Amino acid sequence: MVFNDPLQAINPAGMGSAEVSRREFIRLAGLGGSLVVALSVIPGRVSALAPKNDRSAALNTYVEIASDGQITILAPNPEVGQGVKTSLPMIVAEELDANWNDVVIENAPIDAERFGRQFAGGSTAIPMRWDELRTMGAIARHVLLQAAGQQLNVPIEQLSTQYSIITHAPSGRSVSYGDVAQQAAKLALPKPENVPLKTPDQYRLLGKRITGFDNHAIVTGQPLFGIDTVVPDMLYATYVKCPQIGGKAVSANLEELKKRPGVRHAFIMDGTVDIAYFNPGGVDMYSGVAIVADSTWQALDARQYLKVEWDTSKASTDSWSALVEQANAIADAAGAVEVEHKGNVVKALNSSSTRRRSQYTYGYISHAQMEPQNCVAAWNSNGTIEVWAPTQTPQSAVASLAQVLGIEENKITLHQIRAGGGFGRRLDNDYVREAALISREVNAPVKLQWTREDDMSYDCFRPGGFYALEAGLDSKGKLLAWDNHSIAVSADGKKPNSSAGHWKTDFPGQMLKHFRHTQTLLISKTPTGPLRAPVSNTYAFAEQSFLHELSDAVGRDHVEFLVDALGEPKWIDKGNIRSLNTTRAIEVIRAVAKRAGWGKKMPQDRALGLAFYFSHAGHIAEIADVSVDTSKKVTVHKMWVVADIGPIVNLSGAENQCEGSVIDGIGVMMSQSITMTNGRIDQQNFHQYPLLRVNKRPEIDVHFVKSDYTPTGIGEPALPPVAPAICNAIYTINGERIREMPLSNLGYSI
Amino acid sequence: MSKITINNKDVDLSGVDPNTPLLWALRDTLGLVGTKFGCGIAQCGACTVLMNGQAIRSCQARIGQIKDANITTIEGLADDEGKLTPLQQAWIDHDVPQCGYCQAGQIMSATALLNKNANPSKDDIDAAMSGNICRCGTYTRIVAAIESAAAQSNGGDAS
Ligand code: FES
Ligand code: FES
Repeated sequence: MVFNDPLQAINPAGMGSAEVSRREFIRLAGLGGSLVVALSVIPGRVSALAPKNDRSAALNTYVEIASDGQITILAPNPEVGQGVKTSLPMIVAEELDANWNDVVIENAPIDAERFGRQFAGGSTAIPMRWDELRTMGAIARHVLLQAAGQQLNVPIEQLSTQYSIITHAPSGRSVSYGDVAQQAAKLALPKPENVPLKTPDQYRLLGKRITGFDNHAIVTGQPLFGIDTVVPDMLYATYVKCPQIGGKAVSANLEELKKRPGVRHAFIMDGTVDIAYFNPGGVDMYSGVAIVADSTWQALDARQYLKVEWDTSKASTDSWSALVEQANAIADAAGAVEVEHKGNVVKALNSSSTRRRSQYTYGYISHAQMEPQNCVAAWNSNGTIEVWAPTQTPQSAVASLAQVLGIEENKITLHQIRAGGGFGRRLDNDYVREAALISREVNAPVKLQWTREDDMSYDCFRPGGFYALEAGLDSKGKLLAWDNHSIAVSADGKKPNSSAGHWKTDFPGQMLKHFRHTQTLLISKTPTGPLRAPVSNTYAFAEQSFLHELSDAVGRDHVEFLVDALGEPKWIDKGNIRSLNTTRAIEVIRAVAKRAGWGKKMPQDRALGLAFYFSHAGHIAEIADVSVDTSKKVTVHKMWVVADIGPIVNLSGAENQCEGSVIDGIGVMMSQSITMTNGRIDQQNFHQYPLLRVNKRPEIDVHFVKSDYTPTGIGEPALPPVAPAICNAIYTINGERIREMPLSNLGYSI
Repeated sequence: MSKITINNKDVDLSGVDPNTPLLWALRDTLGLVGTKFGCGIAQCGACTVLMNGQAIRSCQARIGQIKDANITTIEGLADDEGKLTPLQQAWIDHDVPQCGYCQAGQIMSATALLNKNANPSKDDIDAAMSGNICRCGTYTRIVAAIESAAAQSNGGDAS
């Protein structure tokens, strides 16, 4: 059984699918004879099923143009809410000079040879694809021009393009892209270096606000996400793991379960690890009990009757309160291992006229992406498998499946499919491996559905940890030395767990003669992984709060203090956009101060707080307008975000990411906390893990500084400054320095 | 079992266990997958549908308990020609979604609000929408889209 297209495999019996939107109808109607074919497949999802009209012509890897003018552009990277399904094709369309209304976007197949690395992580898609996609658009445009020149019998220098039309100004004649696409497809592609790219002042599309390509399907509820995938004869599975992380299923009342309504199979899977801590990015999988039924509900219902005997001899025994105790006992000293040291920190601290030391603590958190993990896998008896996975890393999913299943990678077909949020959780493909192994075991297509409780208990959490920071300043209040003792979790006591601890950062260490980073590891087996702006999302809180402690200690204005700490104009690693550029940093700090009216008189119990952070190639400064009452109730009235991420691709998408980062940052900072007791996660669902709701949203002002560096991503870097900006404002109001997240642990509420 | 009408069509769920939550009957039995599963415990609102015009959490409504109900799901909002409601259109115009997963539930809650209150204040919007989580944090746009759809329905300037 092979389904080449996930959407063809979706059950067309759905009642809602009988409706075709007017927009799609118009698009279809333009395809003439293709209309019938399209409607018989699955109405309502035709936009992504753009029928391959036999007159459509592939101009290169990314661009295909039909004779009716429809332009299909492939989106190479997974869409998880960061907007790349729209923004990456916009880059192609800009150089192509396409009319955006002619454009239909399809997910590219997973194919490293044609599309290179296909993943969603590190806010890298835009900078990684920038040159490639512009070139693809320009090459396609070039062959269209050549074909038009031949057809009109004029030199191509006399031709111009705009909105999918090629015009010969001297004669007033014009042809459309559709008219010449067939001819263009026969021409040899030019060498990229022979095709000029536009300069930013020539952009018609980039920098505009473009609504997401899938928005129509989203607002009409069409099948779109991993969880929406249906394939013929599919069964529905739930997979129950040990509440104490890493416990192994020894036995279960499987026969009893098989008698429950709709249950077809119930069996134990050993998993691939027998240690508690696993490598989520690799091939590891936890032991558990699979229940496979005729519907999701029947599987979940049967689960209530499941009784399992677990072997917890090697399971996690982690406890968050114990980790806090251990950290508090050692935070005053330097760390066990020296990670980095320049100058002589101890001497510099001893000779400084003002000296501060503070310990910052941050808890574990869960990704809580809105769509609980799920995956459809269809094992075939000939030893091949087809998988529909809402993953951020489709290529490593294939590699890990090959290992787990013991088959060649070319026996695996994996379809990338829109994911309901990622935030780093879907970099790890544990749920994909589970689905594949269950499908092979029952020899049928299976949709594995995690519950929210499964998702929250077996996340690859953002690790909790500690930073003890110490700094010295001279008699003029200038920063002299910086010492960071990071206390991080580690499964083996040798290296920090994924995304735990602290990486080298440029600021303020690079600006100082005396800088030290030491580290101590605490044993913990709770699985961890990257979460939106990993490490930065905790280090920014400590660093930027501590810098405010310092400016306050010496009585300096915080804007001036930060600008002074950044020092002379300097691009740390010149030419590398992922290194700090102090000119850009100072510009965003000054700009946000201006927009927010920094220094203005504020009402009683209300203040502005400022933070700057550089991560993921983004220079971002934020100011929070906050009030706090005597019962420690916090109101965030407004947030100003000023970012320099180079030229903007999709302005609406970029603003949306900044707005979302502010909401995310406030929610995490105020009240999100994952704790564990003897290896069990204490929080199971949203009633114990509150996400920020609409009535707590601040007004958000987003501004992008104009700059002509390579454009970079904005899925992550606007998050880190949120918490310290707000905490700095709280200090200014009530004098209480916040050194722990979430603030609910300190009696604050929002 | 008594009659259930979904998106103006009578449906027969007689073969389905009456304890099944409406959410899963919609998704697995009827193929109406626009209604989403987020928490299963009435905390997130991703599963919101209209029952006789009221927003309900379909993860909590067992089909055996639903009597003579008229259910509207996200798939049933646009008219037969596919014309979107002002709210759906506003959602596109404001480019509300990020991942989009919560948005069906958001739109259904907003639809119920505008059905009974054509001109909601910010507080009315907050109250009606606070049961719907958006993990991606699109709240600013959700509120803007509701305000602009309301303004349009009232004959005002949507911008
Ligand atoms: S799934 Fe019903 S409220 Fe969350
Ligand atoms: S858009 Fe992703 S959860 Fe709302």
